[in-house]
Amino acid sequence: MNTTRRTVLKGATASGVLAGLIATGALRPTQVLAAEWNKAAFESKDATAALKGIGAAAATESKDLVIKVPDIAENGAVVPVDVTSNIPNTSSIVIMVVRNPFPLSAQFDFANGALPEVSARLKLNETSMVRALAKADGKFYSVQKEVKVTVGGCGG
Amino acid sequence: MSSMNRREFLQMLAAASVAGAALDASPLLAAGNADAFYDVPKFGNVHVMHFTDCHAQLLPIWFREPNVNLGIGGALGKAPHLVGEHLLKAFDIKPGTRAAHAFTYLDFAQAARTYGQVGGFAHLATLVKRLRGQRPGALLLDGGDTWQGSATALWSKGQDMVDACKLLGVDMMSAHWEFTLGDKRVQEIVAKDLKGRIEFLAQNIKTTDFGDPVFAPYAMREMNGVQVAVIGQAFPYTPIANPRYMMADWTFGIQDENMQKMVDEVRAKGAKVVVVLSHNGMDVDLKMASRVTGIDAILGGHTHDGVPRPVIVKNNGGQTLVTNAGSNGKFLALLDFDVRGGKVQEFRYKLLPVFSKLLPADAGMATYIEKVRAPHKAKLEEKLAVSEGLLYRRGNFNGSWDQLILDAIMEVQGADIGFSPGFRWGTTILPGQAITFEHLMDQTAITYPYATITEMTGQQIKTILEDVGDNLFNPDPYYQQGGDMVRVGGLQYTCDPNAAMGSRITEMRLEGKVLEAGKKYRVAGWAPVAEGAQGEPVWDVVARYLRDRKTITPRRLNQPKLIGVKGNPGIA
Repeated sequence: MNTTRRTVLKGATASGVLAGLIATGALRPTQVLAAEWNKAAFESKDATAALKGIGAAAATESKDLVIKVPDIAENGAVVPVDVTSNIPNTSSIVIMVVRNPFPLSAQFDFANGALPEVSARLKLNETSMVRALAKADGKFYSVQKEVKVTVGGCGG
Repeated sequence: MSSMNRREFLQMLAAASVAGAALDASPLLAAGNADAFYDVPKFGNVHVMHFTDCHAQLLPIWFREPNVNLGIGGALGKAPHLVGEHLLKAFDIKPGTRAAHAFTYLDFAQAARTYGQVGGFAHLATLVKRLRGQRPGALLLDGGDTWQGSATALWSKGQDMVDACKLLGVDMMSAHWEFTLGDKRVQEIVAKDLKGRIEFLAQNIKTTDFGDPVFAPYAMREMNGVQVAVIGQAFPYTPIANPRYMMADWTFGIQDENMQKMVDEVRAKGAKVVVVLSHNGMDVDLKMASRVTGIDAILGGHTHDGVPRPVIVKNNGGQTLVTNAGSNGKFLALLDFDVRGGKVQEFRYKLLPVFSKLLPADAGMATYIEKVRAPHKAKLEEKLAVSEGLLYRRGNFNGSWDQLILDAIMEVQGADIGFSPGFRWGTTILPGQAITFEHLMDQTAITYPYATITEMTGQQIKTILEDVGDNLFNPDPYYQQGGDMVRVGGLQYTCDPNAAMGSRITEMRLEGKVLEAGKKYRVAGWAPVAEGAQGEPVWDVVARYLRDRKTITPRRLNQPKLIGVKGNPGIA
């Protein structure tokens, strides 16, 4: 194991972790300066309504948007989700867990020129589609993959 | 698949494997001529031997293959989902022969008495030496599930098997149940015992924090001037199927993108033969072979399928052989490659059953095993009861050994319903044979053996059955875990394996009464994966039941009523 590398990376990602907490709702928006907190969409209990809430009701499927999630979650409480957008001019990436009580999980906005690539750890209540959306030039694109959350045990 | 496709498929297999002609072609074989049975002419210039899932069985044992191993969706009617006569037909094996006995459950008890026990490391060692004698430098690969499954492996924390594998001359291994000894113990063995002797390979295990590799992903060897690479694939769902706290800092998964990267890397380094030593399970291997290119063969395990010939999977890079080599030390696979002009031209594959009567025990290994067992001999050989019926475990829904465990834990603990995990390991007892403490440990020797009593609502019970059912019958192999259905005592139910997740299980009844979603039931179980679980080791609970009874009558199997499996060649 490379301890030095770890220490450096921990320091480097601290602000990223904070950003993640804000976006996933672990910190209430009132606690931070969240100018663009889309309260209605994040508090929506329905995936379709949440999509509508962020203006992505008409998102088109895209192969240029890549989502990486496990087929079966090792721990439903911390499921790693990686999203990369290869769509030019991507300005934001949204992650949604369709069957979570509050499906809209995270929104990341990118300053002009930032690489549209995000990594998050999300809690999944049960087996669900995990959907990623990218916004580029005012249009939404989407991709989704199922993550299974299962009882353990009984393996061969 | 249509009959036309199936015929073509079989023809392709036959053409690809000339040496795979029926094992019992010679009349000498029925009489037990070992030289003829194990005479596999040397072919080509790269040689790989493979065994897997021996589950720490050092001595010869009985092992009955399943009569229920359903293929669902795209797996319907294809290897490994063929049982009994369907399997014999698909692989041109003559009924009533030694080979038919090795690969099927047919007439099990009688055939077992005729042909004798299978496996045992001393007999396996003799076969390994024989094949290595003809093929100097041949690699011996161990697919894993080696350090778990017996009393002595449990009590020595895997040490008896580690030393046995070194003595056997294993070159490389991958793993699954090994991890239930705990991450620290695995790392200790890899660092101290295996160093310089056995490569422990897993491309799909990374640290949970930064994704650093934990083990070497692959190893390369030169054989007769040819570079050979072996890439390891540990069981992808270890932290789900087994207690996650035992390997909390590691993440697994199938990781076929990284597999492709590793294949490309070893090819770039000059590998002309690329073999994956896999613990995925055969259905997952078949899918992986269709997605990852550049692999010559995936030598598989986990699902304990004794598949006589490889399945050839076509992909964008050419073709990949997928094999599965059974369990419990019953088989040794031999794969010969003819490598010329920088690539594999042809291959020969044979899955050789290890019949202990045909292979004299290797003296060195026999002495070693004797020494390992000596301190525990009295305890191991304690006769708990005599079984009147055949006791076996394998099968998608239940086995008579599991039924016995269910009967015991329900009665001893006073429960209406019993759950026993769908493990695929565990040896077989013939009618009239004594059940020793060692036999009981063959079914139960795990590091989290606690017998439990849980109050569960009808809804919770349904959720568990649905979840485990989906782990077995999801049409996409990447969502399967490779175990069998949880064995259920007391409760009757109907199962439709082809239905969607959440609607496979219906008609749940206890003593004729429909299970109520909100009502609580007392459920006996064992092998809890949650951290902090406690209870008496299940072997003590069952041993008490057996000692009290002394004679175990043939078990009446509690099996679900099945829907939609008529004509499925995965059920007899």
